[in-house]
Amino acid sequence: MRNPSVETQGLPARGAHAADEPLLAVDNLHVEFHTRQGVAHAVNGVSYSLNAGETLAVLGESGSGKSVTAQAIMGILDMPPARIPAGEIRFHGTDLLKLSDKDRSQIRGQRIAMVFQDALSALNPVFTVGWQIAEMFRVHRGMSRGDARKKAVELMDRVRIPGAKQRIDDYPHQFSGGMRQRIMIAMSIALDPEVLIADEPTTALDVTVQAQIMELLAELRQESNMGLILITHDLGVVADVADKIAVMYGGRIVENAPVHDLYRNPGHPYTKGLLESIPRVDLKGQELYAIKGMPPNLLEMPSGCAFHPRCPYRRDECATAVPPLYSISGTRSSACHYWREVFDGGSR
Amino acid sequence: MGRYAIRRLLQAIPVLVGTTFLIFVIVYALPGDPIAALGGDRRLDPAYVAVLREQFHLNDPLLLRYWYYVRGVFSGDFGTTYRGVPVTQIFQGKFGVTFQLAMTALIMEAVIGLGLGLLAALRRGRWEDQAVLGFTLFLVSIPPLVMGFVLQLWLGVKLKLNTGLDIFPVAGNAEGLRSYLLPGFVLACTSIAYLTRLTRTSLVEVLRADYIRTAVAKGMSRRRVLGRHALRNSLIPLITYLGADLGSLMGGAVITETIFNLPGIGQQLFNSVYLRENTVVVGIVTVLVLVYILANLVVDMLYAVLDPRIRYE
Repeated sequence: MRNPSVETQGLPARGAHAADEPLLAVDNLHVEFHTRQGVAHAVNGVSYSLNAGETLAVLGESGSGKSVTAQAIMGILDMPPARIPAGEIRFHGTDLLKLSDKDRSQIRGQRIAMVFQDALSALNPVFTVGWQIAEMFRVHRGMSRGDARKKAVELMDRVRIPGAKQRIDDYPHQFSGGMRQRIMIAMSIALDPEVLIADEPTTALDVTVQAQIMELLAELRQESNMGLILITHDLGVVADVADKIAVMYGGRIVENAPVHDLYRNPGHPYTKGLLESIPRVDLKGQELYAIKGMPPNLLEMPSGCAFHPRCPYRRDECATAVPPLYSISGTRSSACHYWREVFDGGSR
Repeated sequence: MGRYAIRRLLQAIPVLVGTTFLIFVIVYALPGDPIAALGGDRRLDPAYVAVLREQFHLNDPLLLRYWYYVRGVFSGDFGTTYRGVPVTQIFQGKFGVTFQLAMTALIMEAVIGLGLGLLAALRRGRWEDQAVLGFTLFLVSIPPLVMGFVLQLWLGVKLKLNTGLDIFPVAGNAEGLRSYLLPGFVLACTSIAYLTRLTRTSLVEVLRADYIRTAVAKGMSRRRVLGRHALRNSLIPLITYLGADLGSLMGGAVITETIFNLPGIGQQLFNSVYLRENTVVVGIVTVLVLVYILANLVVDMLYAVLDPRIRYE
């Protein structure tokens, strides 16, 4: 039996910040799933970093590895079947993957929290929303039932749920989709996490409600200087709130860029394809562009660049050589051998 | 919820009428004359038979006889046997025995079934899971009749003879609670197997739910995730099965009570069918149906407590 005080020594103190270390850094992360059909390589060497008060949008289609990366950060992957053969996830410079289960659970939910996509299924149907929010204070802070309840009302007010006091004893199914997501958010920010991961927080919602939720997240981030990771497949959602974007494809990051640079001038054929497949009013009547082909099969990744079978810029080299992340500028990088061509707006 | 309970009770009336009518028809459609059966091998005096037939309305049309019966039941009168004994007197003490047997079985079922199901779900795919699966297969493949006699011989007779341990009485209910252990288990066997599998499936499904992932992401301990977040959700289908099973257990007591010579309603039912005591048979079935309906009502009420999404307005 180890001394508990020794065990928590490995944990970085809240607020204590190594000058040269970002708040959260994912470094060369690999995640694979062992299935009956073989090994699925869901994440193949992903690196990104996040500073306090910063918003990183991770963009990609289903199966690109964006959610799996997030779950690896949270430590909620089911292992097995999942395995993390290589990589580091550093929080204040401490590798979370090397921590004991006990230390890890001190971080999960309290210092790194997560908001899930569909709040109706992500909230427990048989407990009141107040109970579910208050649980954070009762379990992690040892608060009494009454105190935790007061805190829950405060939080519901903070995420602007009208009539929080009256609604605290309602069940998740009694709320609208947007309100449910607010409750999910209230629960996740209950203990003032330093990092908040929102995994497609608006996908299940109406467009108008989407904007409100994004606004709320942006506000909360500003108030408490959290680092926010926004996982999405929707370019439109992140434009206003994100500082930088990492685009994922086939378990790899294919492009890093500050958000406005990316919109103005994408540096990877995949990103370019995504941007061009957004419907535009001024092009009404014309056929909408679509990226050809299908997302890669994680069990049988294409050789070389995973995007090459669908890529309009493809050359022979692309099928054999995996492109590294070429540095375009101080803040931008692209994993395309021919990024210059894409960048210069070269024709497909 | 009170209004819902009353409405459900009122709904139970047509169910009760329908089921008892069916039983009534089936019992009286059985070949053979119940009055003739009274005399055994000897022929009864025709005049005596005529009196009895008149007394028991056997010459009246079926619907009218059913009406007499229902009228009686609602005033607490279940009629008399063809030998003149009030049916309620025959009931005396017997439902208690059967209820005790069924409750013993239900408790065993709940404890063993939930326990094994939980074990299998938490150790899914490992040897514990396989062992539980094998055990349930074993339980369902042995007919209660065989299980009853074998256990009676091994645990009731041989265990006592060979080791002197007198734990399980061979038959009868003279030993109080102890007398119900063996028959209770035999009665519960099939249900244990079924509940085990149901528990496993239910829990495995709940553990895959998004809200369980949320609970883990909230930093809750495994024990809390299981005991608080998963348990209540997985109990919902199990309670349904357990409630409905109380009725089946009371009905299934017929064979078990006969094997272990327990003076319960099952044994009485068996004898009454054999002796063509139709009033007793219909009376017993009426009460069993009532128990079944009440058990289901309790289940429906529990439902609302366990799952707030179910509203009874």
